[in-house]
Amino acid sequence: MKILVCISKTPDTTAKISFTQNNTKFATDGVQWIINPYDEWYSLVRAIELKEKDPSTVIHLATVGLADTEPIIRKALAIGGDEAIRVNAESADSFYIAAQLAEVARKGSYDLIFTGKETIDYNGSSIGGMLAELLDLPYISLAVKFELSGATATVTREIEGGEETDEVTLPAVVSCQKGVAEQRIPNMKGIMSARTRPLKVLEPVAAESLTSVVSFELPPAKAGVKLVSADNPAELIRLLHEEAKVF
Amino acid sequence: MSVLIFIDHSEGHVKKASLEALSYGAAVAGQLGVPAEGILLGTVDSDLSALGRYGVKKVHQAAQQELNHLDARVFARIISDAATATGATVLVFSNNVNGKAVAPRVAVRLKAGLVSGAVALPETANGFVVRKNVFSGKAFAHVAINTAIKVISLNPNSYPVKEAAGSAEVVPLNVNVASGVRVISTTPASGQVPLTEAEIVVSGGRGLKGPENWGMIEELARLLGAATACSRPVADAHWRPHSEHVGQTGIAIAPNLYIAIGISGAIQHLAGVNRSKIIVVINKDPEAPFFKAADYGIVGDAFDVVPKMIEAVKKLKGLA
Repeated sequence: MKILVCISKTPDTTAKISFTQNNTKFATDGVQWIINPYDEWYSLVRAIELKEKDPSTVIHLATVGLADTEPIIRKALAIGGDEAIRVNAESADSFYIAAQLAEVARKGSYDLIFTGKETIDYNGSSIGGMLAELLDLPYISLAVKFELSGATATVTREIEGGEETDEVTLPAVVSCQKGVAEQRIPNMKGIMSARTRPLKVLEPVAAESLTSVVSFELPPAKAGVKLVSADNPAELIRLLHEEAKVF
Repeated sequence: MSVLIFIDHSEGHVKKASLEALSYGAAVAGQLGVPAEGILLGTVDSDLSALGRYGVKKVHQAAQQELNHLDARVFARIISDAATATGATVLVFSNNVNGKAVAPRVAVRLKAGLVSGAVALPETANGFVVRKNVFSGKAFAHVAINTAIKVISLNPNSYPVKEAAGSAEVVPLNVNVASGVRVISTTPASGQVPLTEAEIVVSGGRGLKGPENWGMIEELARLLGAATACSRPVADAHWRPHSEHVGQTGIAIAPNLYIAIGISGAIQHLAGVNRSKIIVVINKDPEAPFFKAADYGIVGDAFDVVPKMIEAVKKLKGLA
């Protein structure tokens, strides 16, 4: 079993979001970078669990980014994974990234490709589907449970207002979210051995960016809270009904 | 040239998110001066010609039963073939579960730029620029689609459903549905309103002290026709199912009314709910950061306040 786990670098969940250069660039000063939580907590950890069950499993991690992405991919290796691949390109629109990852996937002939359900910066939720289409593979999105039996995956995924369990023959692309696995903290042994595991750098293949960010904008600030006395919750209900008109 | 809108459905009903997508797609078609058409895969209980009320002239339907379950690969092929056949230059999806699975694949097949999570109509004065949510609701980006064909997926609860008189011609589609995905079982959630579609959401946090105290949350939600939700610590402690977790790493929602009870309002939680139109915070700690993001609030103990709110709602609804 050969698994590719796609890793993205994102700002920390508590990072202050602001923009520079006339609101065209994300202000990275003072921003802590993390592994996209969905990639780390769910897809990477599930891949590691599958390897713990079947030690012959090989896990590769792949990311698209410049050299400043390396601490993130090293951190991912410290949690688990046999080898990492960095495609040396500035992370651009989702099609461009998917095209780079598809090239990595073709070269490595993986049985299973995991992505997170979305990144917490651009919230595209698109890479998994694009990758699956570029590779002409089945795509199971928003998985909450993933089991493997030989070349058959049984995946429970979110559907509107419920869950559905699907069976699919590998190879396939699966996007993971909460439920698939539980977050793990890297231990010292992992951190030390991560340094010795290979991190390959590939140059990007030619691909287009089909979209481009023109500008960013912060939401308008709230006018301020209207407080109602704790002795009079009925007044709150009246305001919601008559002033805010929400029911 | 036309705008093609994917019409999603479950359990025999067209989703509200798809009515929003239809209304949005019809408005885009109006901007571009081209007709709007819909595409529906599978079967629904109602007459599809009635979808003309949302502005589409035609609804293409592949009525095979198998299509009532999603296989993203099959769906993408059918939709992109239909787009090519009808000469669609803009495709609109809802950015819901099925839209997230299918829209990226369709975009690749059509070599089209995709903006997922759109929250407003495109600006077409200078190119084709769509406003979308980024940084989990903490900001917006204006994204230009630079390809001849454009794919947009619209965030639920971001565009109003617009109805007018009208009827659509239903055009049958003959398609190959051979799927590599076998559906083993489906489990509907507790039969409540799906969180992403709910207009009102009542949410509880650690301040409620334990799962045994959720009765009042559920009762308030039931009276308001609301969905229930929770904060991450509550889901992590298994007081409530993960499917109810709203926030940056859970579900992002944008209801008309979000009532947060016993939730302090960590930045990660706010990221998932700050697109709500009205936010109400009930918390006994006046310093809770959530009050800064709220429209209305009560500083008080949920165990005193919520039962009184329930009484007041019952009176308002003529139930007491």
